[in-house]
Amino acid sequence: MFRNQYDTDVTTWSPAGRLFQVEYAMEAVKQGSAAIGLRSKTHVVLASVNKANSELSSHQKKIFKVDDHIGVGIAGLTADGRVLSRYMRSECINYSYSFESPLPVGRLVVQLADKAQVCTQRSWKRPYGVGLLVGGLDESGAHLYYNCPSGNYFEYQAFAIGSRSQAAKTYLERKFENFMDSSREDLLKHALFALRETLQGEKLTSSICTVSVLGAGEAFHILDQETVEALINAFEVGAEEGPTDEGAAADQGGGATDQGAASADEGVAAMDI
Amino acid sequence: MNSVDSIPAKNSLLSSQAESERTLYPYVTGTSVIGIKYNDGILLVADMGGSYGSTLRYKSVERLKPVGKHSLIGGGGEISDFQEILRKLDELILYDNMWDDGNSLGPKEVHSYLSRVMYNRRNKFDPFWNSLVLGGMKKGQKYLGTVNMIGVHYEDNHVATGFGNHLAQPILRDEWHENLSFEDGVKLLEKCMRVLLYRDRSAINKLQIAKITEEGITISQPYALKTFWNFSAFQNPTLGAEGSW
Amino acid sequence: MSSIGTGYDLSVTTFSPDGRVFQVEYAAKAVDNSGTVIGIKCKDGVVMGVEKLIASKMMLPGSNRRIHSVHRHAGMAVAGLAADGRQIVARAKAEATNYESTYGEPIPVKELTERVASYVHLCTLYWWLRPFGCGVILGGYDRDGPQLYMIEPSGISYRYFGAAIGKGKQAAKTEIEKLKLSEMTCREGVIEIAKIIYKIHDEAKDKAFELEMSWVCDDSKRQHVKVPEDLLEEAKAVAKAALEEMDAD
Repeated sequence: MFRNQYDTDVTTWSPAGRLFQVEYAMEAVKQGSAAIGLRSKTHVVLASVNKANSELSSHQKKIFKVDDHIGVGIAGLTADGRVLSRYMRSECINYSYSFESPLPVGRLVVQLADKAQVCTQRSWKRPYGVGLLVGGLDESGAHLYYNCPSGNYFEYQAFAIGSRSQAAKTYLERKFENFMDSSREDLLKHALFALRETLQGEKLTSSICTVSVLGAGEAFHILDQETVEALINAFEVGAEEGPTDEGAAADQGGGATDQGAASADEGVAAMDI
Repeated sequence: MNSVDSIPAKNSLLSSQAESERTLYPYVTGTSVIGIKYNDGILLVADMGGSYGSTLRYKSVERLKPVGKHSLIGGGGEISDFQEILRKLDELILYDNMWDDGNSLGPKEVHSYLSRVMYNRRNKFDPFWNSLVLGGMKKGQKYLGTVNMIGVHYEDNHVATGFGNHLAQPILRDEWHENLSFEDGVKLLEKCMRVLLYRDRSAINKLQIAKITEEGITISQPYALKTFWNFSAFQNPTLGAEGSW
Repeated sequence: MSSIGTGYDLSVTTFSPDGRVFQVEYAAKAVDNSGTVIGIKCKDGVVMGVEKLIASKMMLPGSNRRIHSVHRHAGMAVAGLAADGRQIVARAKAEATNYESTYGEPIPVKELTERVASYVHLCTLYWWLRPFGCGVILGGYDRDGPQLYMIEPSGISYRYFGAAIGKGKQAAKTEIEKLKLSEMTCREGVIEIAKIIYKIHDEAKDKAFELEMSWVCDDSKRQHVKVPEDLLEEAKAVAKAALEEMDAD
């Protein structure tokens, strides 16, 4: 009679002990364009792909400043992301009012996750349809967290969310072991390369991405377009074969060349799974 | 006839139902607390008297307490309010510790928090009736500050509350310096406490000194200062004070 | 699964004709799929250990904790949905501090368990809520000594000498039964739990895991804390060695 009786309500468990509504909400994260994050001991870089809904509109902002020491990148329902960013901002402000010091990132992330959990247990609510990459700096160093609609959160060295994020993740998985001691510039470079992986052959330009940095002695800020353009040129991210790409080419050589040839965009090596 | 008396008391701020819950005046009070920075940390001193009005009612009131690992608090004023503040701080620190995430509230944060609490309560016309001194040390940074019942707060190299503000601060201004050793620090504080003992009728000769350094917190056992009451001014206090008895 | 499709299993407020509440049973399934959580009561305290499954190699060790302190003298290990577990932990913290501010002494572990269990049970009583998808093991030390409790999604709670929940609970319980808990110190207990968790972890089938452990015992001044790093490393080494020995046989 029904395909699945258990997937229309957040408060209904399936016989296998699953919550389908929550799982569906996590699918929403994969719909949005990609956001990536990576960190060293001292810096965090968040970056995202900007996708305009129509040729007549601008794109939605996907990276938000929360405080001088915290920033977020989102994928999924942007509206939900903005609600949560606003919540995070007010938590930071309240904390610094009380203690005159920055709210530890890890604690904000737990508060955020707890807030998300509540939406998975009330029949009149729905889970948030957004994934957040939260980057921050506190007395225990730089951190990168991923918060997901289920109310779970994870701390990562590097991570990517959103559509075609798997390609970026594959790239990051190959490189992340060195990130801890990476320089700020190296993080930026890897961020751009990882971002490019999600573009499916489209050329990476400063107009279709947002890049942000935060680190020791550097408050969270979104890089302006000229700076990003300069970085893209400096690292030759737009070039046929990136300087750091030997591994990539070797790993998935066949597919890459195939698609690269098929791509109409000249000078872009397509990398997608 | 005072015109105010004839107006029916119907001020919405003053006649709320919570009126009876407010501290309208203190009952049991402690007197001065003094704190100084010295070369490897912070020293706090307070006597152990608890006055019931002008009666020296209690003589073993502990007014110096640790707050977590990095801070030390000294309280003057209403003792029960001070104890309530200690409970609040203990809960704050407990929650902070339970995170167990490598972050912790240092003296700066505790002092800021206290200032907010004190100011908030005064705005409700229900103040915690205290003057507090907060000393601490975290990551090699010394911290010393004070807050009072109306929320005034500041940091300094040497602070004193109550009578100490009048009698100890002048001494500290003259004699305090950055590189005080522990022994010299204690000597300086004892000098202040002795003056207070002589001139502040609420002060008693049983005191504790607390120390906070990188190594941690230690609060001394209670002890008394040597006193000398045979100054002629003490023996004949009315001499030269025409008209007094 | 004769219950499926009958319509009696869609709400926590619906009994089936034979008197079961399926939604609660389903919630318990979520716990059964989780990494194993073990708790034992030794003679001088309580030790808890968690097989924390790691989803990605880019995830950092120590993140996504499953053991939490709920007061100075008590802690909780969560199996099942970690997010649900945190709500229970938050409630336990609130109950513990509330008790202490009222009575001026730490909450007895039994009292804490009962209050938390009531809260868990509460979520099985209303159609607009769902039962928690997690079970918790609660360990603490009060004036009656160390105690260990387990609370299930139904809100049921019992006191145990040794308890296990999660994927490997059967195997773990079998192993725990072999231990002489009443003669064992927590130091030994830490090593035994490590051995059990390494043993029941199926390297071929399961994801990678991290061993997370805590204790409340005389060694920790009756405070609930993470097991010290050096002891944890020792326990892991012993557990791995024991595994290799078994494989060699």
